[in-house]
Amino acid sequence: MAEVAAHASSVFEQAAPQEVKLPLSEPPAVRVALIVAALGFLVVFLIMPLLVVLTEALRQGVQAYATAIVEPEAVAAIQLTLLTAAIVVPLNVMFGIAAAWAITKFDFPGKSFLITLIDLPFSVSPVIGGMVFVLLFGLQGLFGPWLFAHGIKIIFAVPGIIIATLFVTLPFVARELIPLMQKQGTDAEEAALMLGASGWQTFRRVTLPNIKWGLLYGVLLCNGRAIGEFGAVAVVSGHIAGLTNTMPLHVEVLYNDYDFVAAFAVASLLTLMALATLAFKTFLEWRSSALLARPRVH
Amino acid sequence: MAISLAAGRFRQHSIIPGFGLTFGITLTYLGLIVLIPLAVLFAEAAGAGGAKVWAELSTARTLSAFRVSFGSALLAALINAVAGLLVAWVLVRYDFPGRRFIDALIDLPFALPTAVAGISLTALYSGNGWIGSILEPAGIKVAFTPLGILVALIFVGLPFVVRTVEPVLRESGKNLEEAAALLGAPRWRILYHVVFPPLLPALMTGFTLAFARAIGEYGSVIFIAGNMPGVSEILPLLIVVKLEQFDYAGATVLASLMLIASFILLFAINLLQAWTRRRQGG
Amino acid sequence: MPIKTGVSSFFWAILFLLAFPFPASPEPTLLNASYEPTRRFYSAVNKIFTEHWRAEHNEKVSIYQSHSGSGAQARAVSFGLEADVVTLALAYDIDAISERAGLLPKDWQKRLPENSTPYTSTIVFLVRKGNPKQIRDWTDLTRSGVGVVTPNPKTSGGARWNYLAAFGYALRNNGNDETKAQDFLARLYRNAPVLDTGARGATITFTRRAIGDVLIAWENEAMLAAEEIYPGEFEMVMPSISILAEPPVAVVDKVVDRRGTRALAQAYLNFLYTMTAQELAARYYYRPRSRQAAEKSKERFAAVELMTIDQFGGWAAAQKKHFSDGGAFDQIYRPGK
Repeated sequence: MAEVAAHASSVFEQAAPQEVKLPLSEPPAVRVALIVAALGFLVVFLIMPLLVVLTEALRQGVQAYATAIVEPEAVAAIQLTLLTAAIVVPLNVMFGIAAAWAITKFDFPGKSFLITLIDLPFSVSPVIGGMVFVLLFGLQGLFGPWLFAHGIKIIFAVPGIIIATLFVTLPFVARELIPLMQKQGTDAEEAALMLGASGWQTFRRVTLPNIKWGLLYGVLLCNGRAIGEFGAVAVVSGHIAGLTNTMPLHVEVLYNDYDFVAAFAVASLLTLMALATLAFKTFLEWRSSALLARPRVH
Repeated sequence: MAISLAAGRFRQHSIIPGFGLTFGITLTYLGLIVLIPLAVLFAEAAGAGGAKVWAELSTARTLSAFRVSFGSALLAALINAVAGLLVAWVLVRYDFPGRRFIDALIDLPFALPTAVAGISLTALYSGNGWIGSILEPAGIKVAFTPLGILVALIFVGLPFVVRTVEPVLRESGKNLEEAAALLGAPRWRILYHVVFPPLLPALMTGFTLAFARAIGEYGSVIFIAGNMPGVSEILPLLIVVKLEQFDYAGATVLASLMLIASFILLFAINLLQAWTRRRQGG
Repeated sequence: MPIKTGVSSFFWAILFLLAFPFPASPEPTLLNASYEPTRRFYSAVNKIFTEHWRAEHNEKVSIYQSHSGSGAQARAVSFGLEADVVTLALAYDIDAISERAGLLPKDWQKRLPENSTPYTSTIVFLVRKGNPKQIRDWTDLTRSGVGVVTPNPKTSGGARWNYLAAFGYALRNNGNDETKAQDFLARLYRNAPVLDTGARGATITFTRRAIGDVLIAWENEAMLAAEEIYPGEFEMVMPSISILAEPPVAVVDKVVDRRGTRALAQAYLNFLYTMTAQELAARYYYRPRSRQAAEKSKERFAAVELMTIDQFGGWAAAQKKHFSDGGAFDQIYRPGK
């Protein structure tokens, strides 16, 4: 390679005395144009929506904003949203780890079919995700009469919201872990097992550290979706303000009753949660790369 | 041990423990939360009878909803493919102030609730919004038109292409590019023949994900769309309308049709991807 | 390890927030299932009622609201939405709850004064400022090129009042010829680009989405939009004849007996007939039943000739003929063309 380069440059030198740069990158004008184009696209589609939420929320001043946030129905919505996330995320993490372990550490027929099944909720419209549970648990549905007879409320109550959210966010952790663990293979685990570690020890000490970034990303995606889910929850909720309205539903209720400032105020809370999630992820990535970049003493 | 012995016939023997437990958890969870509900959906739809299915499918309103949903999703995914490639390229290959901040922000559509996206995009693009106040006098109406649907779908699909292309770009070394450059190729040829082809599978994956997401999107679209049957009514909204009329038969039929159509499309794209990957030699 | 601390602090934060008072309270609660335009009204009513109740009984109660299209709510209650009281847009929707799910007796409407309707409204038109399309009466809604916004009669109560008011006008103008009246309606609905689920949805479509030239709406919806929300942008037009829209209220017997809230529910509905509530109704653009309150608020509401539901043989007959599956409405409305 070096000889070719040397030969090539000597050829060029003989041909023309001035330096010829290899086209290893686009000309500066093109580069600037591309950067501007990309940034322009992002500003329009990403940054402006962000700013609009904050601007509209504060349109009538900080006082109006604060009132909207502490209003009892808003507080109830916040609590319901957080409760849903607190239940849904750990359950789906458990599922994601179990599914990824089964799929990536073992060989069995029907693996890609299983992966497709796991992907199902991802390709289904959230509205359908809510509807299937109305079909199952609504009074007219499969289990409806039995549930009603026993006084168990699922649809039009909090359990329905949680189940619908569970459905919609099911694939997120699994989808992050499966390709990651597939790439990592089984060598490390097999080595650990042969050295005498138990199954749990292997998982905790060998697998978990290897997958921690994928797991974290999956958790963040799952959490974000659980907090923000709208379509599925709208179908099962019953629109009971103060009881079965999550934050996104509450935003819709306020918006449709002309309470624009209040709607954007609650929306801004959701936005801040989203930004905090992103900041947290970036922080951890930065910490980890900073640790890796630390100069080693030999 | 009995579990692994029995499972040994199902799967290849391995010293790694935990198959029974994890497989069991996976199947049970999946069965309860996904399979049974979807089975009920298809059962109800099938129970509606062929005549009802045909009746639903052949109304102008349904056909238009399919057209709006799938058409807008396709266009949005294509735009995201192009723009996402551009953004990924710029983020990986160039350096500029704020690059890391922007890179972190790409995930925003993943983290932001769709209802919030809906109301903020509506505020942006309606007549008195920041962008709408510029576009509408120029004759371009975005809010409450099919164009608004497109904008919302571009937003929700934005991160997919960027996040699938970025790692590939990062990993691919510059060796091949340098070789091509040394052999005298101009930059655009290098880009076209050397840089771009390995990105194609990732690009298609990202496109597929964005497309799938956009087809079913509901929360962000209903605020900014006109929701007019035949013009700007998306399929999920039509399903909700039928649900609210308690036309369960119609709703389940539509939902099933939507599921099947999505699957066919995604399957076709996966095939295309596999073909492309084979053509490139893996 | 940073991840561990991060994750655990996240969950601690959630637990901390959840520690704040959670409304799964032992105190008595009522659920009022209502139709769409009444959110502000009942917000105000609930606040005053809970204060009165606390003053009288020294007990804190919470009233929850659920709002959606009237027909949709009726079916939701029949399918398990546990409402102690229903305050819907028309009597038939409450009849349907009685018939379909047996949750209250058939003669529910006689149990409270004035047909169980503490306040009434009527149907009017809302047009854009300056009335550019010169909409004056029902016939103008059938002119070509006029966009009419009205909700879906299958789910919205207001939509059914709209339909019947138009039908009544058409009957009167065509010598009671039903076929001609149906044609009239067909032409009107052909001018409708979209049918929202509820009255509020239609108002939003007309005002915010700027679709259509005229909105057929509850008088209270139109007044709220024209006078408070978008002052100066819209005008209200009274048609030559309209319908007396009676949105009734009822206790849902099976639910209140199961939950032990009958006394509270009845007191809540009785409260709607008191002077306080009647004046509140007027403030929220409803026509109060109480003669005193009506006298006080009479400048607010224009006089208009009103037909009643009896002209159509009562709600059961009207629902069956026009709004049931395959009924008259289904014959004339073919969307998406």
